[in-house]
Amino acid sequence: MIDFSDEMLERYSRHILLKEVGVSGQEKILSARVLIIGAGGLGAPAAMYLAAAGVGTIGIADADVVDLSNLQRQIIHSTADVGKAKVLSAQETVNAMNPDVKVVAHRLFVDSSNIAEIISGYDFIVDGTDNFPVKYLINDACVLHKKPFSHAGIIQFKGQTLTYVPGAPCFRCVFPNMPPEGAVPTCRQAGVLGVMGGIIGTIQAAEALKYILGVGELLAGKLLVFDALTMNFRKINVNKAKTCPTCSEGAGIKLIDYAAPVCDLKKH
Amino acid sequence: MSVALNGEKKDVGAEITIRNLLFKEKIKVHDYVTVQVNGEIISSKDYDSFVIKDGDEVEFLYFMGGGR
Repeated sequence: MIDFSDEMLERYSRHILLKEVGVSGQEKILSARVLIIGAGGLGAPAAMYLAAAGVGTIGIADADVVDLSNLQRQIIHSTADVGKAKVLSAQETVNAMNPDVKVVAHRLFVDSSNIAEIISGYDFIVDGTDNFPVKYLINDACVLHKKPFSHAGIIQFKGQTLTYVPGAPCFRCVFPNMPPEGAVPTCRQAGVLGVMGGIIGTIQAAEALKYILGVGELLAGKLLVFDALTMNFRKINVNKAKTCPTCSEGAGIKLIDYAAPVCDLKKH
Repeated sequence: MSVALNGEKKDVGAEITIRNLLFKEKIKVHDYVTVQVNGEIISSKDYDSFVIKDGDEVEFLYFMGGGR
């Protein structure tokens, strides 16, 4: 039981008013532990909304430092943070936003050797990374260790997201094999409209909160695809693949560190 | 005949294989497009043989790698 101070009741009053949240839901949020892998375009807005919502423990994993070119979309970092470790910059922003939140800074890149231990301490994982190798690793590790997570990707004016919960289709059911280097673009060379991280990252935060609260329908088995140029949101039903290399019966997952990020631009 | 391609009705002429629809849509790298027909993901090995029929719901799903 959390002893709500008057300040807390006021801070979370708009949540508490919701019948789907209330005091007991806010308690769940304050007790929850969410890990955000990648404090960038997707991870920054996700971390900020989860912090504002009062998620009790927010883990942030990233080994990078803030670069000037990040500031066009990574709103958790400021101009004065250029050169600072992203996890520290993110931690300072969150601490300033909400003292109820404990930030755990994991200043590292996740890989096959450390991911199991890192995710084990969290209830829900937000994939805010920018490259396929780690996206596949997060998927495989979360399936293996039965951790729910939100996958997302953004590029140019498009974004998409899918939520995994144990038993639901995983990212590899839809995209079984990782594309080779150069086959598909990432933001570094193809570019991305800054707000895409905000739109999709905030959806990831909403999924995390819905999971914590146990309300509504998650994007499990549904790939939500968004195009900012047309403002079309499409929810595409996806099924579990019988031949999925990760989550099908007897798949025998082995965590692999694939080759370096894909940065070439070709129209697919 | 017409199909629903990524939610939009599209006239594709006669019955067409997935491979030819990918070409028709000017998609260059086929192996990394996930093709779903009426909710079933079709293996890329079958793109040449799988024939799309009138009224089928076809989704071309693309990787999006960005995020940071």
